[in-house]
Amino acid sequence: MSIAAAQKKGFGAFIWDYLTTVDHKKIAHLYLVGGGFFFLLGGLEAMFIRIQLIKPENDFLSAGLYNEMITMHGTTMIFLAAMPLLIGLMNAIMPLQIGARDVAFPFLNSLGFWLFMFGGILLNCSWFLGGAPDAGWTSYTPLSTQSPGHGVDFYVLGLQISGAGTLMGGINFLVTIVTMRAPGMTYMRMPLFTWTTFVTSVLILFAFPALTVGLFLLMFDRMFGSAFFDVALGGNAVIWQHLFWIFGHPEVYILILPAFGVFSDILSTFSKKRLFGYTAMVFATILIAFLGFMVWAHHMFTVGLGPVANAIFAIATMAIAVPTGIKIFNWLATMWGGSITINSAMLWSLAFIPSFTIGGMTGVMLASAVADYQYHDTYFVVAHFHYVIVGGVVFGILAALHYWWPKLFGKILNEAMGKWAFWLFFIGFHLTFFIQHFLGLMGMPRRYWVFLEDQGLDTGNLVSTIGALLMGLGGLIFVINIIYTAFKGENASGDPWDGRTLEWAIPSPPPFYNFKQTPLVRGLDPLWIEKTEGKGEMTGAEPIGDIHMPDGSILPFIMSIGFFIAGFGFIYQTDQKAWLLAVFAGMGIALLCMLIRSLKDYHGYHITKEELEREAD
Amino acid sequence: MPDNTNTNSFQKQKNKDEMKKQLISFALMIGFTIIAFAIVAAEVMDKMFAVPLLLVLAVVQVAFQFYYFMHMKDRGHEFPAMMIYGGVWAAVLTIAALVAIVWW
Repeated sequence: MSIAAAQKKGFGAFIWDYLTTVDHKKIAHLYLVGGGFFFLLGGLEAMFIRIQLIKPENDFLSAGLYNEMITMHGTTMIFLAAMPLLIGLMNAIMPLQIGARDVAFPFLNSLGFWLFMFGGILLNCSWFLGGAPDAGWTSYTPLSTQSPGHGVDFYVLGLQISGAGTLMGGINFLVTIVTMRAPGMTYMRMPLFTWTTFVTSVLILFAFPALTVGLFLLMFDRMFGSAFFDVALGGNAVIWQHLFWIFGHPEVYILILPAFGVFSDILSTFSKKRLFGYTAMVFATILIAFLGFMVWAHHMFTVGLGPVANAIFAIATMAIAVPTGIKIFNWLATMWGGSITINSAMLWSLAFIPSFTIGGMTGVMLASAVADYQYHDTYFVVAHFHYVIVGGVVFGILAALHYWWPKLFGKILNEAMGKWAFWLFFIGFHLTFFIQHFLGLMGMPRRYWVFLEDQGLDTGNLVSTIGALLMGLGGLIFVINIIYTAFKGENASGDPWDGRTLEWAIPSPPPFYNFKQTPLVRGLDPLWIEKTEGKGEMTGAEPIGDIHMPDGSILPFIMSIGFFIAGFGFIYQTDQKAWLLAVFAGMGIALLCMLIRSLKDYHGYHITKEELEREAD
Repeated sequence: MPDNTNTNSFQKQKNKDEMKKQLISFALMIGFTIIAFAIVAAEVMDKMFAVPLLLVLAVVQVAFQFYYFMHMKDRGHEFPAMMIYGGVWAAVLTIAALVAIVWW
């Protein structure tokens, strides 16, 4: 982290720089800081949940507060922690991996971040304004339409705003990958992380509109007296579940696919081997994405869709195990016979394989519609999705942070602390969630704020809570590691891991224009090819020339503030019509920003050839 | 996009053809829109027939939009075309499945 640089420039200039930046690397820093903050918040909520369940009939949290806690834990972790952290990594690394100087729409990139941030802040403001949302992260109707207070309103508006930001991010990545690959970087030469970014962006593009529609319907039901989900007035409460899961199931692939990409890159780098079965990996990714759209109703087996629908969705769900299995075996085969280095990034990747496989196995169990009637809404489900999300996504994010930290901030994370964090978190994770499979099979329902004594649940819950505390400790050490590294970490070279892909061909941290010359790509793992068959560094595909750079802009920040204010207006206008003023003012600010953006020409600026040549390599 | 400043005769002819195609498709689209409004306003056919017909007209207009105005007919658009058709396919499947299990 450039704290020293910040002090040289002055703190105000540093903040202003980040508020107006359109540089994909700085926006990535913002995403990581924002997502990291919400990750700690969601972790804290998880701790409260586990402390409440440490013993039978505990009264650490009240029942209402417990509902708010589980709702916010799920919502925060999915929408405000995991996804932004992944989008941050994509932002930082994907353009470097394809040899681009930025994403296709730098302004939109910044707008996407600020919308996410203000949506997240809006959602969390609910804690201080009469209670957080309490209808679960899935917010099923009619529970959510009848939930008193403004909690669920904050959920609707907060997710609507941050969801718009995510959608922009997805479109931006798609266009970047389609149009901005360096010469020679064909689709089938893209690193797996870029591929998974691409497929994930397609999923975002198709899945988020379903959430947007669902949230709008819920908003109109709660605020403007419509009856989309009100059975008494001819509505249909189950439609919400369909809309939510048409979004929600692809959402879990939005989370896991980038992690798959991370592991593919890390395992191949530290095994000193080309990724085994590259083509199969690419097509498995696409297949998972496609099947991911056709399985949403497996969340609704007990709703009563009928045996035909249940059977179709059960089989479609089980089919996903095939491409996922292909991936698991390809990772194993990548390591087979490789010259393996084991460091923190590699430890997280190695731990991922068995952990995720356990989660995948329980997934196939849950996919069986008949058996699901037993598992539904028990801790078995809780154990399953934490195995895939923590064991897959969180391990993936942590592995990626260790792997790409040098590229992001120019420092190498401390290895000793990295290993401590890993072992504590890894052991804590299995301690927390493995036992929950059995708690679930014994009949412990999810979302209940207490359990009774002497029903065989006491020990299991105690073990689970101890595990959660270990995970917390591991997370804390990781945070300390970040702070320690910022001040005392060793500076990284451009290529500290003897890497294979383009991001390692430039200095760490990269200059703001990324590549002095757009590189010429000669095959898969371009840098490795140059190291083994070439002169050891990338050859330019163009002579050194002027580079055109986009202007920074404060407009995305102001525009997002506008939507933030309008969000409050929408929430409170049900109490007091005067709050409509906030809606008009907020929307006015946002529209004015759009007008300025449309009318004012942003020409950008050029870095001249002379400046580039002056800079040392 | 052909470079408009280029004035050799081949390019000129190409631009002329392009403009002709654009104008024809533009005229057809206006025609389709008028037909669509006329069908509804004149109440000449019953709903069962009118609604599918309107949908067909709409699909043709979207195709014109994509292929002529957004240049999908030109070379170098195979990949976007594949993505659009893939997306349409996934969306149609999803909506068909949703409609089937909810209302059928």
